[in-house]
Amino acid sequence: MLKKRWTKVLVFAAGLAPIFWLCWRAWNQNLSANPIEFITRYTGDWTIRFIVLTLAVTPLRKVLGLPDLIRFRRMIGLYAFFYGTLHFITYIWLDKFFDLGDMLRDVAKRPFITAGFTAFLLMLPLAVTSTAGWIRRMGGKRWQLLHRLIYVTGIAGVVHYYWLVKSDIRLPAMYGALVGVLLFYRAAVWARKRSPGAAVKRPVAISFGGLRDNP
Amino acid sequence: MLIRKPADIRYSEITPKRIYMNRRNFLAGVPAAFLGARELLSPSAQALAGTKLPNVQKSKYTVDEKQNSYKDVSTYNNYYEFGTDKSQPSENAQNFKTAPWAVSVEGLCNKPRKFTMEEILSLAPLEERVYRHRCVEAWSIVVPWVGYSLSALLNKVEPTSKAKYVAFETFFDRRQMPHAAGLEFPYVEGLRLDEAMHPLTLLCTGMFGETLPPQDGAPVRMILPWKYGFKSVKSIVKIRLVGSQPPTSWNLTNPPEYGFYSNVNPRVDHPRWSQGSERRLGEFRKRATLMFNGYGDQVASLYNGMDLKKNY
Repeated sequence: MLKKRWTKVLVFAAGLAPIFWLCWRAWNQNLSANPIEFITRYTGDWTIRFIVLTLAVTPLRKVLGLPDLIRFRRMIGLYAFFYGTLHFITYIWLDKFFDLGDMLRDVAKRPFITAGFTAFLLMLPLAVTSTAGWIRRMGGKRWQLLHRLIYVTGIAGVVHYYWLVKSDIRLPAMYGALVGVLLFYRAAVWARKRSPGAAVKRPVAISFGGLRDNP
Repeated sequence: MLIRKPADIRYSEITPKRIYMNRRNFLAGVPAAFLGARELLSPSAQALAGTKLPNVQKSKYTVDEKQNSYKDVSTYNNYYEFGTDKSQPSENAQNFKTAPWAVSVEGLCNKPRKFTMEEILSLAPLEERVYRHRCVEAWSIVVPWVGYSLSALLNKVEPTSKAKYVAFETFFDRRQMPHAAGLEFPYVEGLRLDEAMHPLTLLCTGMFGETLPPQDGAPVRMILPWKYGFKSVKSIVKIRLVGSQPPTSWNLTNPPEYGFYSNVNPRVDHPRWSQGSERRLGEFRKRATLMFNGYGDQVASLYNGMDLKKNY
């Protein structure tokens, strides 16, 4: 079923749902008494959710035995970038009103801004090289190496969230735990492969091979 | 008996100015009319928790600035006992039991005793004071509070010469407040005695001419307009006169970030963000934060000779 074309349409529509919901609430003047803070939080929440989902694709494929999940990874990753971009634009436009001096002071004064900016910046090359053409040009191995930057984005995103809350750390702790488990899974796989007793060495291509069904 | 029949027109029954000013948009089509109608209904529904407070006098302690709407003040709250999201208190506090209520005033004083809510409401003439209110999170509001100077209550118990500080304790009941998170409860706060006796220090029993809604700290709370909002404790149950500086909740949670004084000060940043500017709710661009939130003329003398960077 996961091979069906309409499943991609479904995931695409699902990824747009949060932005439509935000627009609906804006239309209803239902963005709280502090709309800029609301939009900032909302887009930030969805960015980290999509980052976690992106990181979850590979482990879920293996654990659930659903290799076809790979078909959705690029789209989910691009949605993380999409919401991250909205989050970033909200900050520089609505919050700072393009006041560069104020932003620089922020970066110096507020390490959580630096962490968030890092997380966003590292997604940029991944979004650019997300096409099949770039995979071909770079070669699978190098492409895959570059795209491991998403691990750093995941960690920086969690740190960004953790550093900005005042005292209630439950949500950042939850995302931290999720990212931790997903990265630990990869570390465990890597360690097992390297151990002398590793039985079968899987071809690297399998983890992004699913992309081949895209033109 | 103070609270009698609801007289006159209440703030909540007046068409919100935003709607009134937008009356052309309001007529501009079925969807807009639908949305506008919902806007018209919701504020009054929310305000039903409040009872109009009679005989409220105007006060000289009032700023002439555009007030925030009742909706802003009653749906955007930091009240961690009812959840750590701004929208949660207005959802989770609606069944909060605020009657009967009493505040125990005790400690280093000659006449310690309990005050019932009825006694508190009739102890001194109620005044409406429009204050600026600045949150440590760099947003601010302007609210018409109702109450009187805390000194009126403290004078009733006659603090002794040993009393140097005032410690506040707020209500906490896990069964009524299952969403409480982020801090140790009950929430405690404190002031130096001279701060507590300052005329601006408001023992607050209402806003917008009505009793407080539960999410804003009903039935009785503090308002300290020159300090960050978290000093203005809600739902007070105990006031103690003490000889040494009492513990305060946010300071206990994170000492380097939240000090005892917590005066609004644009020159002393929060370790993780600037306090130089703030967003007044309802405004798009940020505005500069004023020293002591603009109340320097009245309160700066309380801190003569003190290093406010050290005593943040």
